[in-house]
Amino acid sequence: MKYVDEYRDGKLARGVAAAIARDSDPARNYALMEFCGGHTHAISRYGLEDLLPGNVRMVHGPGCPVCVLPVGRIDMALQLAAKPNVTLCCYGDLMRVPGSRGNSLLRAKAAGADIRMVYSTLDALVIAEAEPSRDVVFFAIGFETTTPPTALSIRLALKRDLGNFSVFCNHVLTPSAIERILACDSDGVRIDGFVGPAHVSTVIGTAPFRRFAQDFAKPVVVAGFEPLDVMQAILMLIRQVNDGRHEVENQYIRAVTEHGNRIAQAEVADIFELRENFEWRGLGQLPDSALRLKDAYAGFDAERRFALDDISASDNPACECGAILRGVKRPAECRLFGTVCTPETPMGSCMVSSEGACAAHWSYGRFRDHARRKTA
Amino acid sequence: MSARQRHLKLDLAAGRVELSHGAGGRAMAQLIAEVFHQALDNEWLRRGNDQSAFDVAAGRMVMTTDGYVISPLFFPGGDIGSLAVHGTINDVAMAGARPLYLSASFIIEEGFRLADLKKIADSMGRAAREAGVPVITGDTKVVERGKADGVFISTAGVGVLPHGLDLSADKARPGDKVLLSGSLGDHGVAVMSRRQNLAFETTIQSDSAALHGLVGEMVAVAGAGLRVMRDPTRGGLAATLNELAQQSCVGFRIDEDGLPIKPQVAAACELLGIDPLYVANEGKLIAIVAPEHTDAALAAMRAHPLGREAAIIGEVVEDEHRFVQMTTAFGGGRIVDWLAGDQLPRIC
Ligand code: SF4
Repeated sequence: MKYVDEYRDGKLARGVAAAIARDSDPARNYALMEFCGGHTHAISRYGLEDLLPGNVRMVHGPGCPVCVLPVGRIDMALQLAAKPNVTLCCYGDLMRVPGSRGNSLLRAKAAGADIRMVYSTLDALVIAEAEPSRDVVFFAIGFETTTPPTALSIRLALKRDLGNFSVFCNHVLTPSAIERILACDSDGVRIDGFVGPAHVSTVIGTAPFRRFAQDFAKPVVVAGFEPLDVMQAILMLIRQVNDGRHEVENQYIRAVTEHGNRIAQAEVADIFELRENFEWRGLGQLPDSALRLKDAYAGFDAERRFALDDISASDNPACECGAILRGVKRPAECRLFGTVCTPETPMGSCMVSSEGACAAHWSYGRFRDHARRKTA
Repeated sequence: MSARQRHLKLDLAAGRVELSHGAGGRAMAQLIAEVFHQALDNEWLRRGNDQSAFDVAAGRMVMTTDGYVISPLFFPGGDIGSLAVHGTINDVAMAGARPLYLSASFIIEEGFRLADLKKIADSMGRAAREAGVPVITGDTKVVERGKADGVFISTAGVGVLPHGLDLSADKARPGDKVLLSGSLGDHGVAVMSRRQNLAFETTIQSDSAALHGLVGEMVAVAGAGLRVMRDPTRGGLAATLNELAQQSCVGFRIDEDGLPIKPQVAAACELLGIDPLYVANEGKLIAIVAPEHTDAALAAMRAHPLGREAAIIGEVVEDEHRFVQMTTAFGGGRIVDWLAGDQLPRIC
């Protein structure tokens, strides 16, 4: 596969791994957080941990949209789906996310709710067009990458006069989450540097990360989602840490520019506005961290259209998703991990999406826990 | 109904299946004669009994059954009819057995186009003739519109086991080699390319094929060394190896670099965000072979048209956790776990 295989080349990887081993200082530890679930997935899927020296530890960050969605928002979606005449369209990995009382969209669907799995916002639009008598709601979720398509769908719905289409908006903003993690540094984790988001940065550019490099003195390397991208970013971070530098570097120059995609930004700014507060699973209420539709588009806002109340529900008390999303704990340190909580029966959202830290560790990396125990 | 009308032929161009076609009356007899017997014709069906009798050799027989509910019914490289023949033949063959006969039972939705039904029956007949395994008994039911999705087919197969052969899923032993007969994921990708909500252009054809010829060659040269064979259908290679690991209480180690995956399949999987190791195959087999018989088995596979790209992809290891571990093309390690959930409906 052209343009992909180049970034999965084992030989090149071993070269970068050798450079990491050479450049990392054995006298110190490096805790590097990959923010995005896409990076977490690449690290687990390609077994990158095996290529890193023992003192370089990757901390999985909160950049998996499904994982940071609080239980309350799932409960709200369940309420929506229970309304007569509503067809709720959502991405597949949302279906199994547990809401309160063990309910999930998958269960609600089995019980008769009209919930459909779609691959893109535009699929939901097609359904709205084809079935004018249904109230079609798109369960919008994701960081800055998926916001422009949602904006586009609203623009198209307006143009096509689709009065039966609306969006349950859960779009959140990356910089707010990074800021919270940095503010939590006292929490026990010391993050030495960040592998910055890939796709998100294609939209917002590298500029928004400058603040973290400057105010918090942390290096950031924006990197692509291919395994070689991640390895290279790790090497760049280690070099910054060694030199005492804290800059925003761009490893993903093939797709990311300093200021990002201005057209997409303008489109988003036209349709969405900041919410004062939004709850993130594991991180709590974060100010200015999420988007909602502007008043001018209120008709497309499912929350207003169906008069949904905010629901705040608590997580399973034993679930450590919160600590994991802040990088304080590792999946295997949760006592539910692999016993009650598996991808078949997820207790927390980190076990649902393949980008979630718990699911990635369970599906790809748990053999290391046994190996570790054996050598211990 | 006048005598003249009764003898009108089915309208195979524009007609549709009606409830009366399953009601046990003349309409049903006509459907069976003009569609099914026409397509599947053989000496057993011609006798028109509700069952068929045949001679058996002394020894052991195997029997299997499988249901086919694939959507869409027609896909590049096959359709539900050929699949229902190949799939069941393969289930018999994976025991090391020589398949003899099939049965077929159809559940058809009212309103289904007769032209499509004929196409499916013809394809089934062709597949059975090519494989030399006739469908010798069958059944048809018609259900109300909305109670089925076009047509469901269920086939059963019987076969005879060569003397002394006893393949079983609990027989993999540490040190055994894992052989794969060819490229992974072709069937699943071909089917997905025709899904309404996924539709994408690909040149990939389903690998749907009857594997008993290939198995025959393997049994002939490496019979005693064959521990177990499986066709990695639903859930792909990953599901099959995990099942075998459980049943044999062992682990597997495979090497990603050695897995044959066509570039178009890899590209489609990339696009859909799925892993080809979990994608279904309908014309591939995995054989766990004792080390001393590996070379012979591999040579036999490669000499057969359906095993030309056969490769050793890994080996059985001792592992109390029954992990399927893979060295990634990148040089790291990972588990190839069971698939959690199923986001891709009905591919067989
Ligand atoms: S293993 Fe399950 S319960 Fe534990 S933190 Fe992860 S998702 Fe939550």
